[in-house]
Amino acid sequence: MSNPSRSAASALGILLLAGAAFGQDAGPIRLGVLEDQSGDFALATIGKVHAIQLAAEEINAAGGIGGRPLELVEYDTQSDNTRYQEFMRRVLQRDKVDAVFAGFSSASREAYRPIVNQFDGLAFYNNQYEGGVCDANMIVTGAVPEQQFSTLLPYMIKTYGPNVYTIAADYNFGQISAEWVRNIVAENGGTMVGEEFIPLGVSQFSQTIQNIQGAKPDFVVTLLVGTAQSSYYEQAGAANLNLPMASSVNVGQGYEHKRFTPPSLKDMYATVNYVEEIDSPASKEFVAKFRAKFPDEPYINQEASNSYAAVYLYKQLVERAKSTDLAEIRKVIAQGDVCVDGPGGQMCIDPKSQHVSHTIHLAHVTADHSVEFPTKWDAIQPYWLGEAGCDLTVSDPSEQYTPSNPPPSNG
Amino acid sequence: MDIFNLIFSFLYQFGDAFAFLVLSACGLAVIFGMMGVINLAHGEFIMCGAYVSTSAAHAGLPLPLAIVAGAVAAGIAGMIVEWVVIRPLYQRPLDTIVATWGISMIVTQGTLIVLGPSLQGVGTPFGSFTMGGYSYSVYRVILMIAAVGTLALLWLMFTRTRFGLLSRATIQVPHVAEAMGVNTNLIYSLTFGLGAGLAGLAGGLYAPTMTLVPTMGASFMVEAFVTVVVGGADIFLGTAPAAAVLAVIKAALTGWQGQLAGQIGLLIAVIIVIRILPRGISGKILKERA
Repeated sequence: MSNPSRSAASALGILLLAGAAFGQDAGPIRLGVLEDQSGDFALATIGKVHAIQLAAEEINAAGGIGGRPLELVEYDTQSDNTRYQEFMRRVLQRDKVDAVFAGFSSASREAYRPIVNQFDGLAFYNNQYEGGVCDANMIVTGAVPEQQFSTLLPYMIKTYGPNVYTIAADYNFGQISAEWVRNIVAENGGTMVGEEFIPLGVSQFSQTIQNIQGAKPDFVVTLLVGTAQSSYYEQAGAANLNLPMASSVNVGQGYEHKRFTPPSLKDMYATVNYVEEIDSPASKEFVAKFRAKFPDEPYINQEASNSYAAVYLYKQLVERAKSTDLAEIRKVIAQGDVCVDGPGGQMCIDPKSQHVSHTIHLAHVTADHSVEFPTKWDAIQPYWLGEAGCDLTVSDPSEQYTPSNPPPSNG
Repeated sequence: MDIFNLIFSFLYQFGDAFAFLVLSACGLAVIFGMMGVINLAHGEFIMCGAYVSTSAAHAGLPLPLAIVAGAVAAGIAGMIVEWVVIRPLYQRPLDTIVATWGISMIVTQGTLIVLGPSLQGVGTPFGSFTMGGYSYSVYRVILMIAAVGTLALLWLMFTRTRFGLLSRATIQVPHVAEAMGVNTNLIYSLTFGLGAGLAGLAGGLYAPTMTLVPTMGASFMVEAFVTVVVGGADIFLGTAPAAAVLAVIKAALTGWQGQLAGQIGLLIAVIIVIRILPRGISGKILKERA
């Protein structure tokens, strides 16, 4: 939680500093950070907060955003949807931040999104998710199903066979992602031999493992969320299930391959836009900077990388718009050339959906839980929303769409 | 052959659910069922057992000893909590909700801050066996044996030892027990410690099969409370049969329609039982016997 007296003091310090340096009244740019620093999701999201702190520190050391320092207003949302609503109101109304970085679970994003709409704020959702949010008040820097599944599933079907079993967390993320899996498996000539939705917080999987064995799939798509559900891997390993796995969400978020004893995640394939094992100069530099500031960070995950890059995206938007005003920022987005080089590759904002293109890396966990990258796909666009008819440069429906509930056609 | 495999797989799933319900509920049955303390920190005693046993195993202790160490550590933690927080609240059961909830939050967040978001597991020992096209984890069978063994030991402890007698006497009529020369404070403390230790045992036993995070206790709470509420105050006439009935419901529904159906089934069962048997299964049995 924030320490009011200390943050007030540092705000004052920054104000004085800024005033002295630039001799004008441009105060700091305030960035709200609503992330789960406790509760079931904390494991995957503490790194996001650290990444934002790292980026803010770098930007401030290099002169801030357009000469104005960047100030963070942090709240711990406790993996609790009602906290998101409470703190989203607080940062927009009382703290009057210029933009908010918020949210891990899709349930929490849908909980706070109407509040961002109500106050016409700007929120960055720096998380991979099930896709489909067509909302001018949101910029999504995480990867979406058409980026992760349209690459992953054809590879898996070609490598291991056409029979697919999905286990997914039972809320909007898991349900909609499972729908994507169903569609893309069918498009690639595969067959769904089973599908099971697991309530959040469930930690015992004996019967699920047996259901999977009974259905005899060639591989299992795991869309498990939260630390309780990740017990699945240990239990499937102990029961010698021994099936290849594919995921858009595991490894890249919850670093299950670091937490469980080998070989329980053997032959897990995940499409990620970043994990710390990526062997590129940009990635190595990011890891070195991150560990220098946070030596005890257990793992630098995909969402930490997205959050870090998002701060730089925001910096570019504000500097080019010469304003933190949402309408001015969106004029810059509409030009269609807002890109940064993130730790995992180039990321460009798509004006129609305000989602981001990514380099998608295929991460393969081996028997000893090291990670290798059999292939990668460059500049994969978040194309689905635009093709389906969402165009934020024309209209702002502020809706979330799914393949079975697409935008109404612009007839 | 197929029928045999089908029966075996159902028995395995039943045993697995039964073991989880019994082990998660035993400690709560002592603290909530017997002593009447609504212990919302039950999950944190489980987490304590899991963390201590895993750390002990990492330090080189053999797994069975590490599990015992986890149970003992949770038991000692329980006695300290009883002494510091619970003792003034025996006549105020509703206040125990707030007090233990507070303990739960302090411990969860404290663990997160001090030990970080997760602990590396030790891995499930003993491998697997195959029967009729399905493979099963050997360790899960050991958990079933441990559940039955725990019930048997508890039964012996409460019916055949002097501590068991004094404990039951103290909890039934504390002032008479005190008048007869029983150190009731000590008995309360030991009984609470026993409950916490049983929770720690559950944590130690399940630690190799689970993700080790500060919030891990929460995933035991629903099952533990459902079992104790359905069972009523008596561990042997209540918890054991309640766990058996709920395990049949859970295994059958999960096998048929997946995890969601299993969870719904458990909760519907508890609603029905509270409606028909407000004092749980053991309340019903004891009333008929009386």
